[in-house]
Amino acid sequence: MTTTNGANYKVIGTRPIRHDGIDKVVGRAVYGGDVRLPGMLYGQVLRSPHAHARIRRIDTSKAAAVPGVRAVVTANDLPAVEDKRMDLGEGVVRLKYLRDNVLASDKAVYKGQPVAGVAAVDLHIAEEALALIVVEYEVLPPVVEVRQAMKEGAPLLHETLTTKELGEDTKNKSNVASHLRHVLGDLAAGFARAAVVVEREFNTATVHQGYIEPHNATAMWSLDGQLTIWTSTQGAFAARDQVASVLDHPVSKIKVVPQEIGGGFGGKITVYLEPVAALLSRKSGHPVKLIMTRPDVFQSTGPTPGSYVRVKMGVDQSGKLVAAEAYMAFEAGGFPGAEIGAGAMCVFSCYDVPNAQVDVYDVVVNKPKSAPYRAPCAPQAAFAVEAVVDELAEKLGQDPIDFRLKNAAKEGTRRVDGVVFPRIGCVETLQALKDHPNYKIPLGPNQGRGVAIGYWFNIGFKSSVSASVNEDGTVNLVEGSTDIGGSRASIAMQFAEVLGLAAEDINPAVVDTNSIGYTDVTGGSRVTYATGWAAYEAAQDVKAQMILRAAKLWEVPADQVEFSEGSFIHKGSDKKLSFKELAAKLDDTGGPVVGKGNVKPNSGVGGSFAANIVDVELDPETGKVQVLRFTVAQDAGKAIHPSYVEGQMQGGSVQGIGWALNEEYYYTTQGEMANGSYLDYRIPTSLDLPMIDTVIVEVPNPGHPFGVRGVGEAPIVPPMAAIANAIYGATGARLNELPMRPDRVVAALQAQAAH
Amino acid sequence: MSKVHVQTKINGEEVEFLCEPRQSLLEVLRETLGFTGTKEGCNDGNCGACSAIVDGSLINSCLMLAVEAQGKAITTVEGLAGPEGLHPLQRKFLEHASLQCGICTPGFLVASKALLDQNPNPTEHQVRHWLAGNLCRCTGYDKIVRAVLDAAQTLRAGV
Repeated sequence: MTTTNGANYKVIGTRPIRHDGIDKVVGRAVYGGDVRLPGMLYGQVLRSPHAHARIRRIDTSKAAAVPGVRAVVTANDLPAVEDKRMDLGEGVVRLKYLRDNVLASDKAVYKGQPVAGVAAVDLHIAEEALALIVVEYEVLPPVVEVRQAMKEGAPLLHETLTTKELGEDTKNKSNVASHLRHVLGDLAAGFARAAVVVEREFNTATVHQGYIEPHNATAMWSLDGQLTIWTSTQGAFAARDQVASVLDHPVSKIKVVPQEIGGGFGGKITVYLEPVAALLSRKSGHPVKLIMTRPDVFQSTGPTPGSYVRVKMGVDQSGKLVAAEAYMAFEAGGFPGAEIGAGAMCVFSCYDVPNAQVDVYDVVVNKPKSAPYRAPCAPQAAFAVEAVVDELAEKLGQDPIDFRLKNAAKEGTRRVDGVVFPRIGCVETLQALKDHPNYKIPLGPNQGRGVAIGYWFNIGFKSSVSASVNEDGTVNLVEGSTDIGGSRASIAMQFAEVLGLAAEDINPAVVDTNSIGYTDVTGGSRVTYATGWAAYEAAQDVKAQMILRAAKLWEVPADQVEFSEGSFIHKGSDKKLSFKELAAKLDDTGGPVVGKGNVKPNSGVGGSFAANIVDVELDPETGKVQVLRFTVAQDAGKAIHPSYVEGQMQGGSVQGIGWALNEEYYYTTQGEMANGSYLDYRIPTSLDLPMIDTVIVEVPNPGHPFGVRGVGEAPIVPPMAAIANAIYGATGARLNELPMRPDRVVAALQAQAAH
Repeated sequence: MSKVHVQTKINGEEVEFLCEPRQSLLEVLRETLGFTGTKEGCNDGNCGACSAIVDGSLINSCLMLAVEAQGKAITTVEGLAGPEGLHPLQRKFLEHASLQCGICTPGFLVASKALLDQNPNPTEHQVRHWLAGNLCRCTGYDKIVRAVLDAAQTLRAGV
C-alpha cells in the first residue's frame, strides 16, 4: 500500500470491526424485506408485457373480487397534480415521467412498466389476482437501440417530448430529449497540429447494477394522513420527497424509515414500489409490503444506459495530446434522464488536452428507465477514450503508462467542461501502477496485458450528523446516510479522531427522516466525504461545548481551556480531565451535550482517479477470456478505513469485469428482455475471478478536513477499457463493442486472420 | 388451500409448523417462522442468498418445498453462533471486511460452513468453486475467499 499522507492519526487509517458487523453476520440485521407489521398485507405489481403500447382500458373488477384481496390500485388512484421538474439528488426528472414509471397512465414505454398493484392476505393470493386484471393494449412498434431511436421516422415514445438543443427547446418532436456540448480551445487548429490521429466507434450494452436484494417497500397510511414507509433506499429523504410529489402529499406527513439495504450502486434512489404500497395501504387500511421478483428487478428497474460513442484524438510529434473530440449518445430508457452531463464531465478528464469538444445526447428507447450505476456514463466514455489512447501510444511506440503520464491531467489543467482541476492524484495513481510488480510479470502464449485509467468527480451535497455524549464518555452518533458498505464505521472514525476517542466509543445509527436533518443520497461517492465532514463538524461542536463545561467546572475563563491529545487542559494550572472524565461531570455543569454538524460541501472538489493493469488469457478456439491478474490503483485522498476502501476498489473492478466480458440485456425484436434472471444475466462468480490486487494512493483532498476523496465510483470506470486493451495485447484484435463475448472475440480473431 | 403439518429441527431445536404444499422452505422460514436471516435474492436458485444446510447437504431453500423438511435437520445462519460466541467464519468475515451491504453474507456463511464441514483444508480454487453458487455484487469475492481460507486454518488449529 502506498501512503503519501504523513499526518499522524490515531483512528483514521486503522481497520476496526464495523459497528453493524455482528448483526449482519448472525442474520439479525433487518433489511427492507424483513419488515413485518401487525395486520400486514402482501402485494404484487402487474406489469406491461409489451415494450411499447397504448393502454386503452384496465378492468380490475375480477381481481378485486378474489377472496383475500383487500385492495387494487392503478394510475387512476394517483391524485391529479400539476407536472413539474424534480431534483432527485443524482439527476432531474419530470413528475409525469416519475408517476408513469410508478403506475403507467396512458402508455407503456417498456416491458415491465407497472400498470396495477394488488394487496392481499398472502402473496400467493395477490399473484392469483394479478392474473385476473384485464388490460387492453394497443401494441406499438418498439425501438430499443439508441441510433435507431435518433433516426427520422423512428417510433416516438412520447408525443410531447421535444429536443432541448444546447439548452433551447427546439419544439421538434423526437426521441432525443437533449443535446449538450462542451468546447475547449480550437478543435480544428488542434487537429491541424496533430501528427497522429485515431478515430474509432464504440457500442456498449445495457447492463444492470445487479444488487442481490430486490427492491422492497412497506407502507402504512394512517387515518390522520400520516404515511410511514419502511424501505431499502439509498436516500430516505430523496424517497420521501419523491413520494410526496407523486402522491401530492406534504413531506411533514411522510416518514421514511430506511432499513438495511442490500446493495444499490445508484439503482435504489428512484422510488418504484413506495407510492404503490402507500396507495394500497390507504385503500385497504392495512400496512402493505411489496417486494419485487428478480425478473421485475431486471425488467423494471434502473439499468445503466447502453451507448454509442465515437472518439477522435490527435497527438503531435512529441507525443503530446493536441485535440480530442467525442460524440456520445446514451439510452435513457423509457423516460428522459440518462446522466449525460456526468459522462461529458469525465470523458477526457484524465488528460491535459488543450483543444476538445464533447457532444452528448439523452435519447429515449423502449427499455426500463435508466438509473445511475456507479459513476454514471463515465465507464462508457472511458471504454472509448482509453482504447483510442492505447492505440495512439502504440502508434508512437510508447509504453501505455508512460504515454498517459506524459499527458496526465494535473492541478491547473482545464477540463473540456471548463473546470480547472484543484490538486488531484492522476499522476500519482498512474505512477503507482508503473511501480507495481504486476506490471513486470512475463506473459505466456495467448496472454495479454492492458492498462486504463478512469475518473469520477465525486459529489458533495447535504449531510447532517448529531451526536450525544453519554456519561461514560461514549457518544451516540445519529446520521441520515444509509450504510451500504461500511460507512457507519468511516463516519464514526472521523468523529472519534477529532475527540481522541476510539472507533468503538462511537455508537452510530442511521435514522428516519423525522429524526435527523436533511441528508442526500448515499451515492456519487459522497458519504465518507460529506457525512464524514458533518461528523467532523459535530465533533468540533461537542469539543467547543465541552471546553465551556471544563471552564465552568474549574471556574476559569473558557479561553484558558484547550483540548489536546484527548484531554481538556487548563493552560494556567495542572488541571486536566480526559474526555471520559469530563463526560461523567456533565450533569454538574449544565446537563446534556449534543453536538451537530450540517454541511453542504462543494461537488467535484475531491475527484478520484482509478487505474488498472489487467492480464488476460484467451482460448482462441472458444473465445473465452480469463482474467489472470487484476490490479487497481486509486487515489483515496485519505483512506479512513482502508479495508472498506479496498472493498470499494475490488467490488467496482469486478462489476467492470462483468460489464466487459458478459453482462448485457439481450433483447428480442419485440423489445423484450430475454435474459431477466441471474441464470441468464450472468454476473461474475467467485470462480470467474482472481484476487483483486489493490494499491491505495493518498493525495489528500484540499477540500476536506482529513483529505478524504470518495472512492465508490471511480473503480468501475477503467476495467472495460483495460480488458479490451489486454485482449488486443493477446490477439492484435481491437474489440469496440461491449460485452466482449466469446463469439465477438472469435469473430475478431477470424476477421484479423482474413486480413 | 389446506395446510400440512411438518415436524422438523431448526438449529438444533424442535420446530413444528403448518404450511401450504406450494410454499417453499424459504417462505416458511422467513414469513411463518421468522428466520429472516435467510435472505431472498432471486427465488429461482441462482443467487444462494437463501442457502441452508439440510441433513448435511447445502441447499437453496427457495428450491425446496417446506413440506419436504418433514423429519429433517436444518441449519440457518441463525444457528452458526452459540452463547459462547461467533463461529470462526463469522469472526473472520468481520476481521477481513468480507461484507459490504451484507445481504449475501448469511448465504456465504452457511455455504462456507457446509464446505468446511466436509473439507477442512480447501485450496483457494476449491473455495471459489464451492462458492460459485453464491452471488455477491459488492466485494468482488476477494475478501470473502480470504476469510474462508483463514477460518479454515483457525478451525484446523482448534482455536
